[in-house]
Amino acid sequence: MTTDKQSGFQLILDFFYSLKLTMLLFIALAVTSIIGTVIPQGSLSPEYLHTISQSRLKLYQNLGFFDMYHSWWFILLLSLLSINLIACSIRRLPGIWKLVSRPVMIMDDVFEKTLSSLTTIEAQGDARIIRNQVDAVLTAEFSDPVITEKDGTFHLFAQKTSWSRLAVYAVHLSVLVIFSGAIIGSLFGYKGFVNIPEGKSIDTVMSRAKKEIGLGFAVRCEKFSIAHYPNGTPKEFKSILTVLENDRPVEGYDGVPVIVNDPLTYKGITFYQSSYGKLGEHEFTLSDPDGSNPQPLRLKSGGSATLPDGSGICLQHTTQDISRFLPGISGPAAQVEVHQANGVTKPFIVYANNPAMNRMNLPYTGGKLLQYRGGEELMYTGLQVAKDPGVWVVWLGCILMLAGIYSAFFMSHRRIWVRIENGTVTVGGHASKNQGGFQLFMEQLTTKLKDQLSKEGSK
Amino acid sequence: MTSSLLFNITTLAYLISMLCFFVHLATRNTQAGAVGSYSAYGGLLVQTVAILLRWKESYDLGMGHAPLSNLYESVVFFAWTIILIFAFVDCKYRYRIIGAFVVPFALFGMAWAQLGLNSGIQPLVPALQSNWLLYHVVTCFLGYAAFAVACGVSIMYLLATRAGLGTEGSRGAILDMFPPARLLDDLNYKAIMVGFPLLTLGIVTGAAWANYAWGTYWSWDPKETWSLIVWFVYAAFLHARLTRGWVGRRAAWLSLVGFAATIFCYLGVNLLLSGLHSYGG
Ligand code: HEM
Repeated sequence: MTTDKQSGFQLILDFFYSLKLTMLLFIALAVTSIIGTVIPQGSLSPEYLHTISQSRLKLYQNLGFFDMYHSWWFILLLSLLSINLIACSIRRLPGIWKLVSRPVMIMDDVFEKTLSSLTTIEAQGDARIIRNQVDAVLTAEFSDPVITEKDGTFHLFAQKTSWSRLAVYAVHLSVLVIFSGAIIGSLFGYKGFVNIPEGKSIDTVMSRAKKEIGLGFAVRCEKFSIAHYPNGTPKEFKSILTVLENDRPVEGYDGVPVIVNDPLTYKGITFYQSSYGKLGEHEFTLSDPDGSNPQPLRLKSGGSATLPDGSGICLQHTTQDISRFLPGISGPAAQVEVHQANGVTKPFIVYANNPAMNRMNLPYTGGKLLQYRGGEELMYTGLQVAKDPGVWVVWLGCILMLAGIYSAFFMSHRRIWVRIENGTVTVGGHASKNQGGFQLFMEQLTTKLKDQLSKEGSK
Repeated sequence: MTSSLLFNITTLAYLISMLCFFVHLATRNTQAGAVGSYSAYGGLLVQTVAILLRWKESYDLGMGHAPLSNLYESVVFFAWTIILIFAFVDCKYRYRIIGAFVVPFALFGMAWAQLGLNSGIQPLVPALQSNWLLYHVVTCFLGYAAFAVACGVSIMYLLATRAGLGTEGSRGAILDMFPPARLLDDLNYKAIMVGFPLLTLGIVTGAAWANYAWGTYWSWDPKETWSLIVWFVYAAFLHARLTRGWVGRRAAWLSLVGFAATIFCYLGVNLLLSGLHSYGG
């Protein structure tokens, strides 16, 4: 019975150790990732909801397809990959570590059969002198050898970049490091946004989950501006921001320009230029056609109100100087739209300095004279706000991964053994990669050795 | 002299190169092969000048930016990287015939760009105004180009080892000129070995840029996700090869799948899916 239990356990272990699982997970992750690129993620647009049946919607919701990269099964795949990675490394690493830390330093008759490169050189003379010569050549051409003497035979061993054997594990470790950075970020960081009108300051932001988060300091928007290319497309969106602690500007954070691709970071919280809009308050008056009995009417930019006769009025654009658009007329003006009770919509312009033209609109405003009095218009800047204490861990992981991949692919662990006995020098070599190149190197090395030894021999 | 004239000359050079390689393939004429290589090199040179000239022209127009900002410019750059990598392989291995399977990718790109895409120099939208654009796009496309070369030699491998064609007698004239299958298999692996680190670097620089510009290094936008899919496919290729000994036809097929995913990541995402990356669709 115990054997059964053991083998069941062993089966599970083998499953986690297996490279088959790794491949399966790579493919599974690749295939399932496609789902999220064809099904919309996050909040669903009304257009999309029209195109999908109710039962399909339910199914997708239950499977987490609308936020699939955070769904339980996607996280499960990533967790399995991590477990697989850890399990395999635990199993293999000790062997590799031994190879690196305690290399085979003596090439005997059995071991030499396993080597791809093997040459023998005849060399007469004192073994000690030969040993010193081989030592010198190896040191000059390759690296410092370790010398062992065993039963009157000298063994030399030299190696290069043995640590490259560990590179694969550095790559694997880096995956785990990146995952932990992402976890730290999601536990201790947040993403949010905030709108700041020009001249105003805020000390809280709204998180993606619609929660208010205190910053611990305040940010004021001094100004927002847009620059254009000659053809009219936007060139730059710029906010001038000031960080305030206890209502005082912080030195070095006073009037900092923030543009797309150039954010502001303070105390680990970063503010990114993301959107903008207009805010404003506008004054109108409604009076009898001759101007008597004026009543004020206030409208916000883009706002609406109800006129005395029950029709709705909507403010669309304003300018403080109409002469730019209508030469010959001056002063402020506003473009409004009236929605009459009978369903007719009528857009027109209301002037500040031109009662005569305003009187032409009397039929649309229930016989009242509507006049624009001017207003104040200001921009607000929309900022993305992010705090991510895990991001440095992620970068560390990325650097480790890149360095690891580079060494795993392009660095070769090269080893050379030399045995000196009874007038023969046997040279063996092994490379973990680029065998062709190493073969060439070994040929050159043995030629040098032969030269050196025969030179000494003829003396 | 304008860059657009030079790009037309480039396209012509790649066309000549491809035709010569086809003649070389069909007739075993070695001179044709040589002309194929030299036209490709000449085209590469002209294209290099053209890209630099276009860069300068954008400054003359007052919007100065590297020519990597829309679909047209990226397709042109992709063609350039493919020929660049082909030139390395050609100089190193001297099997001209490989050109017949790699140059068409570059020619197709140039022809499509010149005939089908809007080639006007446009001002750079604020979202792309960053040096990261350069690092990100250059590394990604060098990676893609290495995968294109891997795909080309994989097609050759699959042709060369098709059942019935393996035996010496029936190999036929064309296959006689192919490099040995073992070399093709090795080239497939080597190209992916170069492309994979470049793709990784491309993804990392993209993440670094996204973090710098938007505050998130990863937002699962379709382009990011597809680049990860490509990465998984080639990671699977490498693991299958390094630890399970997947070589030969299976490796060649995986390489084709990987390049199909690469092309979808590059074009399919831009043209079919929407997201933060769909520049100049
Ligand atoms: C990118 C470069 C990578 C290279 C060159 C690489 C290389 C290797 C090699 C050579 C092995 C066999 C190890 C051995 O036999 O001791 C291996 C195993 C493995 N790799 Fe990777 N790897 C890479 C990336 C990754 C990544 C990104 C993951 C996962 C996210 C991963 C997951 C695994 C797993 C789970 C194994 C264990 C299989 C086993 O030992 O049986 N590898 N890898």
